[in-house]
Amino acid sequence: MSVSLDIRLKRANKVYHEGEVLSGVVVLQCKEPLPHHGIILNMEGLVNLQLSSKSVGVFEAFYNSVKPIPLLSSSIEVARSGKIPGGKTEIPFEFPLQAKGNKVLYETYHGVFVNIQYTLRCDVKRPLLAKDLSRTCEFIVHCQPQKAKVSPSPVSFSITPDTLQNSREKETLPKFLIRGHLDATSCVMSQPLSGEVVVEHSDIPVKSIELQLVRVETCGCAEGYARDATEIQNIQIAEGDVCHALSIPIYMVFPRLFTCPTLETTNFKVEFEVNIVIVLQDDHLITENFPSNCAESEQTQDR
Amino acid sequence: MAAVQWRTRWRKYESELQRCRPEALPIEFGDYHPLKPILVTDTKTRRGVRKGSTSSSSSSSSSVPPDPLSSMLDGTDPLSMFAASASETSTVSRGGSTVDLGKKKKEEEVVGADFEPWSAKRGEILSRFTTTEKLSINLCMGSDKGKATSPASSAVSEKVRTRLEELDDLEEGSQRELLNLSQQDYANRIEELNQSLKEAWASDQKVKALKIVIQCAKLLSDTAVIQFYPSKFVLITDIMDTFGRLVFDRIWSMCSEPQPLSDTFTCDDVHDTAKETCLNWFFKIASIRELLPRLHPSLHVGMEVAPQLKDCLNTNFFDLLGTFRQLSGESVQNQLVIQRVEMPEYLTLFSPAINWILQCIAYRAPECFVAEFRHEAFRPEFVATRATDFIGMIKECDEAGFPKDYINCAEIWVEFTCRHFTKREVNTVLADMIKHMTPDRAFEDAYPQLQSVIGKILTYFHDFSILFSMERFLPFLDMFQKDSVRVEVCRSIMEVFIRHQVEPTRDPVILNAMLHICKTMHDSVNALTLEDEKRSLSLLIIGFIRMTVNQLAMETRRVMRGNHSRKTAAFVRACAAYSFITIPSLSSIFTRLSLYLLSGQVALANQCLSQGPPRAWRAVLVRGLLNMVQDYTWEDNSDAKVLDSNETLYGGDPKFLSEINKLCETLIGQVLDHLKVLGGEEQTARRQGALAFSLFGVLVAHGDLRNNKLSQLAVNLWNLSHKHGYCDTRLSVRTLEYLKQQAHQPDMSHLSDTVQRLALQSRT
Repeated sequence: MSVSLDIRLKRANKVYHEGEVLSGVVVLQCKEPLPHHGIILNMEGLVNLQLSSKSVGVFEAFYNSVKPIPLLSSSIEVARSGKIPGGKTEIPFEFPLQAKGNKVLYETYHGVFVNIQYTLRCDVKRPLLAKDLSRTCEFIVHCQPQKAKVSPSPVSFSITPDTLQNSREKETLPKFLIRGHLDATSCVMSQPLSGEVVVEHSDIPVKSIELQLVRVETCGCAEGYARDATEIQNIQIAEGDVCHALSIPIYMVFPRLFTCPTLETTNFKVEFEVNIVIVLQDDHLITENFPSNCAESEQTQDR
Repeated sequence: MAAVQWRTRWRKYESELQRCRPEALPIEFGDYHPLKPILVTDTKTRRGVRKGSTSSSSSSSSSVPPDPLSSMLDGTDPLSMFAASASETSTVSRGGSTVDLGKKKKEEEVVGADFEPWSAKRGEILSRFTTTEKLSINLCMGSDKGKATSPASSAVSEKVRTRLEELDDLEEGSQRELLNLSQQDYANRIEELNQSLKEAWASDQKVKALKIVIQCAKLLSDTAVIQFYPSKFVLITDIMDTFGRLVFDRIWSMCSEPQPLSDTFTCDDVHDTAKETCLNWFFKIASIRELLPRLHPSLHVGMEVAPQLKDCLNTNFFDLLGTFRQLSGESVQNQLVIQRVEMPEYLTLFSPAINWILQCIAYRAPECFVAEFRHEAFRPEFVATRATDFIGMIKECDEAGFPKDYINCAEIWVEFTCRHFTKREVNTVLADMIKHMTPDRAFEDAYPQLQSVIGKILTYFHDFSILFSMERFLPFLDMFQKDSVRVEVCRSIMEVFIRHQVEPTRDPVILNAMLHICKTMHDSVNALTLEDEKRSLSLLIIGFIRMTVNQLAMETRRVMRGNHSRKTAAFVRACAAYSFITIPSLSSIFTRLSLYLLSGQVALANQCLSQGPPRAWRAVLVRGLLNMVQDYTWEDNSDAKVLDSNETLYGGDPKFLSEINKLCETLIGQVLDHLKVLGGEEQTARRQGALAFSLFGVLVAHGDLRNNKLSQLAVNLWNLSHKHGYCDTRLSVRTLEYLKQQAHQPDMSHLSDTVQRLALQSRT
């Protein structure tokens, strides 16, 4: 007896804001009538924290992971125990999206050590001998855009051998001058990161210019805190020995789910950085780092 | 006999003319000339210069034969839609970007038959850029793990994550390198990839499809065997196009589930799922690590989905220009040395791209677009900097040591500059060309190109005041030092001038320049010039005189409301004098006479005859006529014509009648003398007869036969003409009949007397 269970949200993009109503249908499809002991829908929001093995050691990391922080939890019974007729049945539901107590609904974020995830789970309890049916569906929470607009603050940069910080071989470095700017370091998530980079001069031909998006996650726990920077994505913005004195566009779309507005709470922090990486043909690596402050997406996508 | 008193018969030429001779003067420009088709060719050549780029600017609405290439317009080539969409901007609101779904249909509407489609270019490029060297394809397709798709997880995150992971697989995936491929093998391999892309897509292996696309795009970064690169680009972008279309069709089919979308839908009509899928594609592609594989698929998917990106073309073009200096950079030069490719050869590799971009930009650029182009994209300072960029580039080409190519390059640039810029930039380009072509008389080898430069300028600049205010234009003309070419050029300028200068002009600069040109043309006529050539040249010059000098005078008159001040009178006289000096240079006596007539009329209208030193120039005029008559009496009918024109000229002015009468007497005297001469010899007797007869005709037509002497003369002439029996009897009969008919008219009764005295020679 094949039964299929599905949760379909009304919004195709599954993006919701706090205070809105999450609505959709539970879809049950079966050939024969399906007896059950109730269909229950759970809405849950959790922050999962994990300690990095680097910071606290393998065992602690494994055993001592920090307890998840619940942000949201509610449950409704969409159908009392009974029988679902054969064929396709759609049971509509609605959930108000409200934080638990005085908690705040953070934006959905999938990181390495920090995960903020919202799920809907539907359980169909079934009588003896039949396995319970279950289905989870993630939905995405975006914060309400702040009233005060983030004013774009362009940042110019200029990289020469002298501006490099952690190089021990300054004398042996080839000469170069790379200038450019980022249109803003306070980024709006829905907008791409943009700017320009110009190779004014370089003794050794450039091999590649890359843009690296890095997340910096900090988890606090009783023993202290762990701070880890990991790469989210690295995209190449120029290949080969680029034309000198020509501005090369910097353009990066923030990957969804893997980025979120910069977050700072008592237990954890999520920050982002952008690196501009210039690889020379002799494999010298020049990196310029920009801490960037991400803001909520604008509500343009909202429908 | 010589002293025949001339009596003028009163005639109403206008009404007579209307009654019996409704056709216009033969001088009507461009109406009767056998070489007339030459004048039309310009439209054709203009079309030929750049296919599909002119339709909006050409003012002549000649019907163009349908481009045979249009039959090849089957492909949904996104670039052409790209270009075409530029013209649609007025209808498309910026906010709701209309996605062009009925693109095939639309494309046919918007991209007309004269647009050379990419599909045509494609073949051309493939056949042009070939190589015999061995090629290699370096693919790392990852492990084809047959798409064991994780049991349709509903969470977006998982899906995205798995796909991203699969993309990452590429990095470690099995690497396959195919070496030593011939060009044909290469094309076949790419085609195979194209097929497997389609298959993968059809079997719902989207990730595999994307992998193929990414790998193909990566191939573009391989610049080995650069001679083959344009062809390679074509082959690989085909795959990209396929991919773009597949994605587009998928989303399109998603949209059409409840009911198909209309051809012109906006983004509001698309439902959320489709939008989400779309967005997903873009996010997916945006996270591809390498530049080219990220850029190309998003471009091609983007072009399918939202082709209204006209601005990109402009930006694209200028970016391309911006990177030009890279070519002289070390790494490029090194590459060229390694691959043993010469710079000129390397540069030609760019030609298809530039050609295509320009064609797209220029294609049917509607007015608003052009205006926008000027106002937004080309703000003055921008224009200035770019113009110097262009020049800089052209200079660079020159320095690279192939001046032959310089001019070819410049030739193209001129058109671009003409089309999109103002005279200032064109002037700059011309100046630069002069600078480059003058040393070592380089221009001698480049006449065809220089000529086409002029042609292009003329195509775009019809306003001669602008044209001649370019201070480099005339010096540029001076470069044409070979006579035949120079005349050719002058002629084309003249043709354009005559065709487009509708308003009479009073601009001294134009007039001066045009005079210069006329003079050049005139000077070119020599003993060896062909009759035909002379005729066409004179036609052009006449056209100019008609257009400007006389109209100038008339215009002045109109401005002064018929009453000339001393200044304007002098001016008008100068014009007239000019006409009379120029006219004798014409070879065709008919055109010359007609022109005289015309000029005379204008002069008359301007009261020139009664003012200033009339004798002097009247004498010139009449003397000229007389001289001509002397020169040409032996040509049939010419004497009659002279008389005719003389009559017309002075006809209405009694003040001059006596003088004219005197002149006519002289004339007749001369004619009669001539007659005598003719009569002296047997062979010429026939001609004498004919001449006598025609003089008779003139007398009857214009002379007042009430005067005895005149009528006697007429009778004499009649007899003379019949004396030798060469006269055409039928003509005589007809003439007699005409005279009799005339005699019935009220004030013509005296004719009957004359008629009676004219005896028809009996046929024996």
